[in-house]
Amino acid sequence: MTSETPPKENLQIKSTAADTFKRLMRFMSFRVLMLVVTIVVAVYSTIMIANMGGYVDTIMRNDIRESTIMKVAAMTANKPISGDARRQMQEEMIALEEKRLGLDTPFIIRSFRYLGNALTLNLGRAIYMVSDHGSKAVRAIILERLPATLLLMGTAELFLFFTSVFLALMLSRSYGSFWDKLVITLSPTSAAPPWFYGIFFILIFAAVLKILPFGGMVSSPPPETTIGYSLDLLKHMILPASSLVISAFFISLYNWRTFFLIYSSEDYVDMAKAKGLTSRNIESRYILRPTLPTIITNFALLIISLWTGATITETVFLWPGLGRTIFRAIGFYDTPVIVGTTIIYAYLLALTVFLLDFVYAIVDPRVKVGGGNK
Amino acid sequence: MNNLKNTFREISRYPSAIFGGIIVLLLVALAIFAMIKIPYSEAIRLWRGGEEVWYQNPKNVPPTWYNYFSKTKLPESFAVKASEDGKFSKTVTPNADGTALIDYEYEFDFEADDFPQEMFFYFDADYVSKSPFVTVTLFRPDGSDIKIGDFGVSHKFTYRFSQDERLVKRVDRLMHREIINPVEGLFAVLESQPSQPLKGTYKLVMHATTFEKDSDLDIEFVSHGQVSGLFGTDHARRDLTIPMLWGAPIALAFGLLAALGTSVLSMIIAAIGAWFGGWLDELIQRITEINLVLPFLAILIMIGTFYSRSIWVILGVTIALSIFTGAIKTNRAIFLQVKESTYIEAARAYGATDWRIIFKYLIPRIIPLLIPALVSAVPGYVFLEASLAVLGLGDPVLPTWGKIINDAETYNALYKGFYYWILEPAVLLMFTGLGFAMLGFSLDRIFNPKLRGM
Repeated sequence: MTSETPPKENLQIKSTAADTFKRLMRFMSFRVLMLVVTIVVAVYSTIMIANMGGYVDTIMRNDIRESTIMKVAAMTANKPISGDARRQMQEEMIALEEKRLGLDTPFIIRSFRYLGNALTLNLGRAIYMVSDHGSKAVRAIILERLPATLLLMGTAELFLFFTSVFLALMLSRSYGSFWDKLVITLSPTSAAPPWFYGIFFILIFAAVLKILPFGGMVSSPPPETTIGYSLDLLKHMILPASSLVISAFFISLYNWRTFFLIYSSEDYVDMAKAKGLTSRNIESRYILRPTLPTIITNFALLIISLWTGATITETVFLWPGLGRTIFRAIGFYDTPVIVGTTIIYAYLLALTVFLLDFVYAIVDPRVKVGGGNK
Repeated sequence: MNNLKNTFREISRYPSAIFGGIIVLLLVALAIFAMIKIPYSEAIRLWRGGEEVWYQNPKNVPPTWYNYFSKTKLPESFAVKASEDGKFSKTVTPNADGTALIDYEYEFDFEADDFPQEMFFYFDADYVSKSPFVTVTLFRPDGSDIKIGDFGVSHKFTYRFSQDERLVKRVDRLMHREIINPVEGLFAVLESQPSQPLKGTYKLVMHATTFEKDSDLDIEFVSHGQVSGLFGTDHARRDLTIPMLWGAPIALAFGLLAALGTSVLSMIIAAIGAWFGGWLDELIQRITEINLVLPFLAILIMIGTFYSRSIWVILGVTIALSIFTGAIKTNRAIFLQVKESTYIEAARAYGATDWRIIFKYLIPRIIPLLIPALVSAVPGYVFLEASLAVLGLGDPVLPTWGKIINDAETYNALYKGFYYWILEPAVLLMFTGLGFAMLGFSLDRIFNPKLRGM
């Protein structure tokens, strides 16, 4: 492209390039600032919600009081100890426990401390939840669940993405054909979420046909050889993965197909056709290239969406992933775990958005960064 | 008017629009029927009721129409009360000394290929100090008769067939082997092994003697079969008809209100932002970005766990979190385009106020795009409500489809083979989702000029 530029305009191009670079930097720093503000506000909101604006403190205090009184009563049951001494012991233990959990400082101050910790990725320790290895560190709990989620979601979502983009390209070529119409007819089936298909799959393949397991990730006890383990894992993954795929397959196919159709009805595509280019050429140069930014955006957002897992699908299939961990954490009022997963998601999202912005600002000639406003 | 007619003509060219529309109409009809047939308070009372409301139903049995598809016909559940049912014949023979003989006779047909689970008598006796005495005998189609028992009846007296040791022994002696459930023996061919059901007309004869002048006795005969009602029953003997019917208005209300609230509010906010521009627009954009980072489902679960599971609270939070999403960005882009049109300029020239322009000139332009989006959004919200219920965060009071699925999941319905329990609400949910999705989908193709003919 650049080689086609006549040499006499070179000078002018250089000065606009410097100008563009300056504008780009200004735009990027503004974006970074905005993203930071976004993350801070979003994480603080999550902290406030996850603590019910401080009400979780009251719940925890009552919990500590109850368990400590029971503990003291059990400890002093057979000992000659006066009621006052016992009460003093109770109060001391309660104060100690509250101090341990940080309940002695007011919630507002603590909420900012939480925010600071979260932003510096100091995820802290869970209140009740324990990882399978016995660690209370939120990092350990999350890292332990992440592979399961990534395996399930990654397989399903990547398969879904690539199959639907590829098939959609083929469909957009044979617009109006039987398969095209079939996809249009079937696309309303995507109104139902994955767990809904999951229930039907369990009913058919696990309950009636008895060929696949009801749920879980491996058999109990797990097979000892690596190959056996992988096969077992695969067997457990078929149903949840296919329900994730099926529930989004037709709508995603339809959306991509429509998207490609809109681009292939542009005038320049007709022009290319008139020139007699092969359909393969037209596809790669005139349809895929202008749609590439959208495809990349979608792919990037898909990758970070893997992080949150699929709470309900994981619950229905008893898949030990992150989604179910978050659900359990909420059930335990375990704020550090909830905030921990949120902050990582927020960072991933912000980072992706920023990178995409940056890439587009450089790549896409149509995105003139703030240029028009001057 | 003509415009509307054209729209309808256009819609009628899409078979999926007609199909979806019919499903939606049927659902609305079902919802109205449910609300008229079982008033709200009655539905809640029944749904929250325990044994005292549902004692007539067996636990976890499929609906009666299960028999149409099954080779072995399962016995139906029934309950008859002497004072209310004409098939009970009652003869009273008073004696001179104040005592009286009350004879009840009840004939019923037994044509099933399997046996009832359990049978009960519920006596309701009216006396002051001397309780009546009852002897019950069952006359079977093969001519034999079995004495079920004789007992004194207190004011409220329940007789369970399987709990009567003497009856169990009597049945064992007749069958010449040990039978766990005496009801099975009562309806089996004598000495058959395994038990063969003896089909035909059975007759229950009860002789009651009362010992006081105004003493009277009422009997309710309850048989827990293996099928019951139009939709079967759940683990708490509740008839699933109630949540199946009432799930419709609740699902529709939640879906429609959430879709309407979300799309209308996000449209108005986008219009305001696009029109005024400046810091207001900037603020709306920032809120949208923050909202995209917030974990939607996790927040809903937190609200459900910490604050309230009331469907109205969840609805409010759902709407609040769904306003500032991608839709607001799409709407804003369209409004920014419309803002530059000449008719807006004309309106400004004649001195129209900002609000007049927003509500009379900007928003009406986008409504054709709003309608398909609104209809297409309904299934998402219907399933969201069901999803929360499946997670155990459904409204604790209301009978909904999601709640049935949650109950079924909790009690391992699929594992135990109670398929009807999950399939019934799932099929209704599926129809709701499909109906709205098909309608919205076709509307989108009709109203959205970009998609025309694609």
